[in-house]
Amino acid sequence: MPEPLLNVKGLSVEYRTSRGTNHAVDNVSFTLDKAETLGIVGESGSGKSTLGLSLIGLIPFPGKIVDGTITLDGKDVLKLKKEELRKLRGTGICYVFQDPMTSLNPVKKIGDHFVEMIRAHQPKVTKKEALERARNLLKDVGIRTERVSDYPHQLSGGMRQRVMIALAIALNPSIIVADEPTTALDVIVQAKILDLLNSLRDTYGLALILITHDLSIVLERSDKLMVMYAGQVMECAPSHVLYSDPQHPYTRGLLKSIPNIELADQKLEAIAGSPPDLLGLPCGCRFWPRCKEAFERCTKEEPKLFRTAENHWVRCFLYDQEGETQ
Amino acid sequence: MTSNPSEILRVEHLRKYYPVEKSFLEKMLARNRHFVKAVDDVSFDVRRGEIFTLAGESGCGKTTTGKLVLKLFPVTSGKIFFDGQDITGLKGEELRALRRKMQMIFQDPYASFNPRMRVGDAVGHSLEIHKLAKGEEKKQHVKDILERVGLVPAEKFVDLFPHQISGGQRQRAAMARSLILQPEFIVADEPVSMIDVSLRTAIIDLMLDLRRDFGLTYLFITHDLAIAKYISDRIAVMYLGKIVELGRKDAIFNSPVHPYTKALLAAIPVPNPERKRNPSELIGEVPSAIDIPSGCRFHTRCKYAKEGCSVKEPELVEVTPGHFAACGGFSKA
Repeated sequence: MPEPLLNVKGLSVEYRTSRGTNHAVDNVSFTLDKAETLGIVGESGSGKSTLGLSLIGLIPFPGKIVDGTITLDGKDVLKLKKEELRKLRGTGICYVFQDPMTSLNPVKKIGDHFVEMIRAHQPKVTKKEALERARNLLKDVGIRTERVSDYPHQLSGGMRQRVMIALAIALNPSIIVADEPTTALDVIVQAKILDLLNSLRDTYGLALILITHDLSIVLERSDKLMVMYAGQVMECAPSHVLYSDPQHPYTRGLLKSIPNIELADQKLEAIAGSPPDLLGLPCGCRFWPRCKEAFERCTKEEPKLFRTAENHWVRCFLYDQEGETQ
Repeated sequence: MTSNPSEILRVEHLRKYYPVEKSFLEKMLARNRHFVKAVDDVSFDVRRGEIFTLAGESGCGKTTTGKLVLKLFPVTSGKIFFDGQDITGLKGEELRALRRKMQMIFQDPYASFNPRMRVGDAVGHSLEIHKLAKGEEKKQHVKDILERVGLVPAEKFVDLFPHQISGGQRQRAAMARSLILQPEFIVADEPVSMIDVSLRTAIIDLMLDLRRDFGLTYLFITHDLAIAKYISDRIAVMYLGKIVELGRKDAIFNSPVHPYTKALLAAIPVPNPERKRNPSELIGEVPSAIDIPSGCRFHTRCKYAKEGCSVKEPELVEVTPGHFAACGGFSKA
């Protein structure tokens, strides 16, 4: 089997605070191939953003990667020096942040954002050349080229998010991580931004990681999905499998709680309770206090990821029969 | 005006314009002042016991309409009738008495609570303002209502500060706060848009339960048509300050008429990996509310726009009984 583009193995991230240690990401593994889309779904506090940020070494203080490896194109990302890591952020993995309102510098013109970024990585490029590239990139994402001389406040939220995406693809990275790229946007703009990401993926062969709390967005657009809860992967499967055969009670609960306009007279079911405090995790399975199917073993022992089919992993004792563990 | 007993709220030709501040020189030179037309000639009625949804993108005037209805600020023109009574010009004590009957749930559960007030005090505050109860009686009321919205044990939540409870619990507390005066009518402005998906359903179900138990009527404001479909009886789709389509939920979802409604529906994410999605047909982005396009305000983004669309502003026309749309491309003739 050829080496995947990105290979994350046993990644664990901790935040050490005065109140205790918060295992924000706990032993997460996944792979990503070229032109593939991975959706990471989870509620706030599930560790999905920390996971995304750890890929580019940007976990906020006091977070720390305590275990695991991240291999990109055969290189170990965690062993990179500061300067190499900086290079990686432009040409290897690029991040599109959630809030387009605050991620652009308000006193800098749109074009200058591109100039700064391109020249930081390729100092030989002149300002003029960088601006020319900025125009082409803006065209790619569907913004009129005159906009290079506008300030961020002159752009709408959707346009700002497009600029963020244009910045992300400026140096031809191999992976784009989009962290809730559309949460701050309206439905129509949301659909357009997601279409744009998809078409960029197809044209440039980018790999895409979509991080979101909204399962309906990623089900439609990802090749495979990872459902996270309290720092752990609860279920990982190709999207169509996860949709037709959701196995973890949490995944099933999520699917039942999102409205689907294609279904007539849908009855939504809520998942009882609320996500746990990461500093006071329940004993055993992290989901059991909210789980309808929990039995005694769940409250005592922590389940491993069980393999139920070729690419289908579930962290639930309901599937602990003959399945092999990871 | 004939008042229909089943109708709790009626809005006629509601307008809200905000003047655009200009520099002194511009004021001297400009012939006419510019306005942001946040709400521009909106009429609808809400029937007792129903959930009426105002849907649209940000900037379409849905929240402004909701706040105007509650008399949170004055209208530019138009009339608002509540329970058959004209409340447009109501002031002072009369307005305060009215506020008991109509309450609001705000979008942001983080911003709508005073961070220094305990949940119990915040929820019971309006009882004191309206001089309905105080002391032990008030405490009992607060406990009852907290229990009703699912914040149990109430004794625990009464003494907590807003930052000590989760977003979903805060939105439940917000509901308790608006319900404690036993209102008849509630404006719910995107009550679940800032809450995690797994908790949304519980909040929505609570809203539906409360409607049944307290005989409430909701004006529900949302940009999320998937939720609108789940909760509403009737839906009005707004675009740039105007209602472009209004009708029963089934009519809007099964046979939408206006191209904007169709585009909104096409943009809703469907949790189904098998589904093939067509790219949005809409051109560009929402124009500024200061500079509203002539004729049909949607024609600049409409794929089906004809010559006449930029000249004549279409009126709301009844397409089928109870289903209205304002589109020049559609006429009965």
